[in-house]
Amino acid sequence: MIGAAAPIRARRVLPGFTLSLGTTLLYLVLVVLIPVLALILKGAEIGPERFWQIVTSPRTLAAFRITLTAAAIATVFNAVYGVLMAWVLVRYEFPGKRILDALMDVPFALPTAVAGLSLTALFSANGWFGQYLDAAGIQVVYTIWGIVLAMTFTSIPFVVRTVQPVLEDLDTTLEQAAMTLGARPWTIFARVVFPAILPAFLAGSTVAFARSLGEFGAVVFIAGNLPMKTEIASLLAYIRLEEYDYIGAAAIALVLLVFALVLLLVSNLLQIWAARYREVK
Amino acid sequence: MTITITGMRKRFGPTEVLRGIDLTVEKGELVALLGPSGSGKTTLLKIIAGLDWPDMGGLDVDGVNWLNLPAQDRRIGFVFQHYALFPHMKVRDNIAFGLTVRPRSQRPGRGVIAARVDELLHLLQIAHLGDRYPAQLSGGQRQRVALGRALAIEPTVLLLDEPFGALDAAIRRDLRNWLREVHGATGSTSIFVTHDQEEAFELADRVVIMGQGQIEQIGSADQIHDRPATPFVANFMGATVEIPVTMRAGRIEAAGIDATRLERRVLPDGPATLFLRPDDITPIADTQGCWTIETVASTGATLRIALKDGAGNRVETVLPRRAPEAAGLTPGTRTHLRPEAGSVFPGPRPATTPAPAAQAPAKENIR
Ligand SMILES: Nc1ncnc2c1ncn2[C@@H]1O[C@H](COP(=O)(O)OP(=O)(O)O)[C@@H](O)[C@H]1O
Ligand SMILES: [Mg+2]
Repeated sequence: MIGAAAPIRARRVLPGFTLSLGTTLLYLVLVVLIPVLALILKGAEIGPERFWQIVTSPRTLAAFRITLTAAAIATVFNAVYGVLMAWVLVRYEFPGKRILDALMDVPFALPTAVAGLSLTALFSANGWFGQYLDAAGIQVVYTIWGIVLAMTFTSIPFVVRTVQPVLEDLDTTLEQAAMTLGARPWTIFARVVFPAILPAFLAGSTVAFARSLGEFGAVVFIAGNLPMKTEIASLLAYIRLEEYDYIGAAAIALVLLVFALVLLLVSNLLQIWAARYREVK
Repeated sequence: MTITITGMRKRFGPTEVLRGIDLTVEKGELVALLGPSGSGKTTLLKIIAGLDWPDMGGLDVDGVNWLNLPAQDRRIGFVFQHYALFPHMKVRDNIAFGLTVRPRSQRPGRGVIAARVDELLHLLQIAHLGDRYPAQLSGGQRQRVALGRALAIEPTVLLLDEPFGALDAAIRRDLRNWLREVHGATGSTSIFVTHDQEEAFELADRVVIMGQGQIEQIGSADQIHDRPATPFVANFMGATVEIPVTMRAGRIEAAGIDATRLERRVLPDGPATLFLRPDDITPIADTQGCWTIETVASTGATLRIALKDGAGNRVETVLPRRAPEAAGLTPGTRTHLRPEAGSVFPGPRPATTPAPAAQAPAKENIR
């Protein structure tokens, strides 16, 4: 830029846009993109027919079905619970609130294997909870409900932590306005509060779902891992790997990857739609 | 709807926000609550709306005790200071909200609601904005939508909290006239809050002056201007000059003050305080006078003159630069002061007169 006409550029907070963008991109490529790419290439090596054969084998299909079903149930539960929890944490003052708030992060902090072990201990037929459930004829451990439980536990914080800040920023005069216009509490929630938290809610639920799809450590302890019954997809991929069946493992992993990507895409489209009123023309 | 408020008290923790409010607003009246920031205006309005509850006192509307009635059942139109439009709804849906949330049995049909919204959009002169989101509107347009939303439920009482506070002067004037018309057309009982005197006096049938949780005076513009009921009101109305005087047989006496233009007052003899507006004081050159001019500043049309007396009291006066009295007023000149109008209250100068909120209304955004 030589000469009098050089445009004056606004100063940026971080020095060197090129450097900072370069670093972050490089990091992204190394840590995220290359593994994903390698997986796709590995999958492409297989060839469509073989690929199709692997992913439609009864055991693989069952694993996908179990994983998706359990993750869906866990996500529905966490979505509802997450909004409720965020509401309680934002709108009420009570003793122990800060402790409860901090507890919300435990599932993030706890090694998933530890979570899996403790849940198994609690819910096994002679565990603290398990003995009563067993008496009532309900079995959790070694069933799909055990998988749901493990997935629920490890993805609890996502919805809470995405919705909470939005709720904190929500202008309470909106709710007051709705009251003066005759809206009852439930209507106010459905028509005023929920639309405001919807984009964050969708984002949180998606991440919770994606996390549940891939959850491994907590699940394998409690699931019993019976093929066709309680075997999740990522475990099956692991088993294939142990059997030196790299192709089988890659095919399963690729399908999981596609699930996750489609999920993210759909969720982002929904979020854009839910936040459409924010963009000012 | 006649609104009767009796003995209303409210505290937030240690602060007494309302300290015994008694007020009756007649059916169809337009009343302004005027007072400095923090005087409890919004709190009073919210209690009337059912968004807050008093610690003590009564709120009676046409014989019904409203304190037993939730906000939803009061059928009031509330216009919030910062509009509180629903950001995710288009203008139409915002206006229709109060109708669409009614229980199914009382809800008008879709066609009826749409027609009502159209009618309001028309009345509000924003027919072309129906399909926009609030984020796409200017402040004045948002204000109209907020009013439209409140009017859609055909409220019997309309409450407005600083309805024009955040708008610029020209739009304020516009909306003011228009609010008057709307009030007249709907026949509702209306109360609006403001800290702008001009707005209060121009719009309202009666103005209620509030100071620190109490009603200081209720009256028309002229009554409040000429006969402030308390030192607070005098000060709030711009009488920021306070001079200690002595009452003797209804006459005001003080060294260096020519009180001949002030009326006699029925006040007991003894010490009193004279409240004057700076532009109601004329300094008269007088070699025997005990006031000395310190500075003279001209704004072109007026002169702002600062004076001091031997005891160290300071007074500021404003007078037209071309007034005959202004000739020869230069720094160092000795004068006496001739108040043209003023109000006097018994007793020495009260310790707790508020800052002159009239000149510099504090911004009202503190929540
Ligand atoms: N929810 C609240 N909690 C605590 N103090 C409050 C609350 N609302 C208002 N106040 C206090 O009450 C006083 C009066 O407030 P407000 O009614 O908003 O006055 P105004 O509308 O006249 O400016 C202020 O001192 C304010 O700080
Ligand atoms: Mg206020």
